[in-house]
Amino acid sequence: MVREVLHAFKTVFKGLALTMAHLFAARESRKVISITDKDYFLKDSGITTIQYPHQKLPVPELGRYQLDVEMDDCIVCDLCAKICPVNCIDIESIKATEAIGKTSDGTTKRLYAAKFDIDMAKCMYCGLCTVVCPTECLVMTDTYDRSMPDLKGMIYKFSEMSPEDAADKRLAIEQLNAERLAAKEAAMQQKIQN
Amino acid sequence: MTFYLTYVLVATALFAFTALFTLFAVYSERKISAFIQDRLGPMEVGKYGMLQAFADILKMLQKEFIIPKASDKILFILAPIVIFVSVYLGFAALPWAPGIIPSSLNLGLFYIFAILSIETLGILMAGWGSNNKYALLGSMRSVAQMISYEIPAGVALISAVMISQSLNLQEISIKQGLLSTDVIYFLGIWEIKSVGGFLAWNIFQAPHLILAYIIYFIASLAECNRAPFDIPEAESELVGGFHVEYSGLRFAFIFLAEYSMMFLVGIIGVVLFLGGWNTPLPNIGSAKLATWTNGIAWGIFWILSKTLLVVAVQIWIRWSLPRLRVDQLMSFCWKVLTPLAFFCMLLSGLWRLGVMQ
Repeated sequence: MVREVLHAFKTVFKGLALTMAHLFAARESRKVISITDKDYFLKDSGITTIQYPHQKLPVPELGRYQLDVEMDDCIVCDLCAKICPVNCIDIESIKATEAIGKTSDGTTKRLYAAKFDIDMAKCMYCGLCTVVCPTECLVMTDTYDRSMPDLKGMIYKFSEMSPEDAADKRLAIEQLNAERLAAKEAAMQQKIQN
Repeated sequence: MTFYLTYVLVATALFAFTALFTLFAVYSERKISAFIQDRLGPMEVGKYGMLQAFADILKMLQKEFIIPKASDKILFILAPIVIFVSVYLGFAALPWAPGIIPSSLNLGLFYIFAILSIETLGILMAGWGSNNKYALLGSMRSVAQMISYEIPAGVALISAVMISQSLNLQEISIKQGLLSTDVIYFLGIWEIKSVGGFLAWNIFQAPHLILAYIIYFIASLAECNRAPFDIPEAESELVGGFHVEYSGLRFAFIFLAEYSMMFLVGIIGVVLFLGGWNTPLPNIGSAKLATWTNGIAWGIFWILSKTLLVVAVQIWIRWSLPRLRVDQLMSFCWKVLTPLAFFCMLLSGLWRLGVMQ
């Protein structure tokens, strides 16, 4: 019994000494340094939290946070939408009547993106889409704390095309297709006549 | 007429003090707990979050009074008042400085102890009135714990009272310093009536009172339901104990009582064992440190700083030690603390008969 009580007192003082050591170590607050800094993992005492909205730990420019699309480089191949495990990318493409330009790595663009929506509320930040993107126009950025009052705000729209523009393009490709069909039929008729 | 005016003024001042102390204690508790856990704690409201407690109380004042449908309404409404008033009344007999005491009762200590046990009743009312199984469990535990721990606490206090030969808290304070009319001996051998300082405190007049003070301190932690004896509030099992159903101002009053209780048990320990409002600095030769640091303002300063130090230790213990189980709690009280307290009382008697005469 006496030994138990003495043991209890000993362990109590051990615990109290530990917390007291932490209390005094708290005079030192955490420095805001990047993970690339060589001292990042060395600090093992003092306050570990930072004052988040006022202070932010630096993250790499291509971090693993919200997605961003460079539309000028996008060839609207739809690969990202196909690989997405949660179907958060919604793409609607319109065929162009001719090559509409080149991306910065030299790939010819042949499709307009009438719609390129990414639902950030659904996104699980797996990064698969950035891996499959052939032109590397889809990247993850260092933005991570955007919040919206409305859930619809979480759907990021990247396509700059206006609905009228899209309708024009649709009409153009339909006309071209119709012309081609007419030409084809005319050719067939010619063939039959010959 | 002025007579009654003084009554009201003193009562208001004491209430203001308990309220301010609670705000201060809540803030310091949050900060100390944060630092112990390597966090920052409140930082947003005011510089270093200093106005956080005011913001909290402001929020609480605006909350709706929610009375559960199945509750016993009279008990439910009365309970916070009973809990707070019983603690608040205890402040009436506390000595603050030489000559400054709201009510100099001959039975001061007895009165405080008697009135504090009414808090148990209030807690039981809260638990029963809430008609909630967690609240009832919490209050039952609280009552069992408080009644059990009152015995070692009381007996430890009696061993100090036997040395001082008085239940008047002001007189007990006087007998531990320069103003004493009796002859004081340090450890029973060295006459130090003109030296004073910490050497004249009860725990150094009779060294076994150090043990008594430790017993009293542990028991007082249990009496104000604080960790490691916080099974009545056990957040992880009982949600919050007896005050689960309370909201708004009623909850604030329970909270107020809890923190005032911390201060009250701290100050009782300070008065009986640690010299009350007497200075800890002794007279050394021509440097009359004790004489210089005695007086009304110094007295208030010393008793406040001693008590706040004790409260800080209470907070420190809360954030260091895990909660005791119910059976551990009871066996610790009855098998360790109570016999030790009685042993201290016996030593006090022997000391009084053998050494102090």
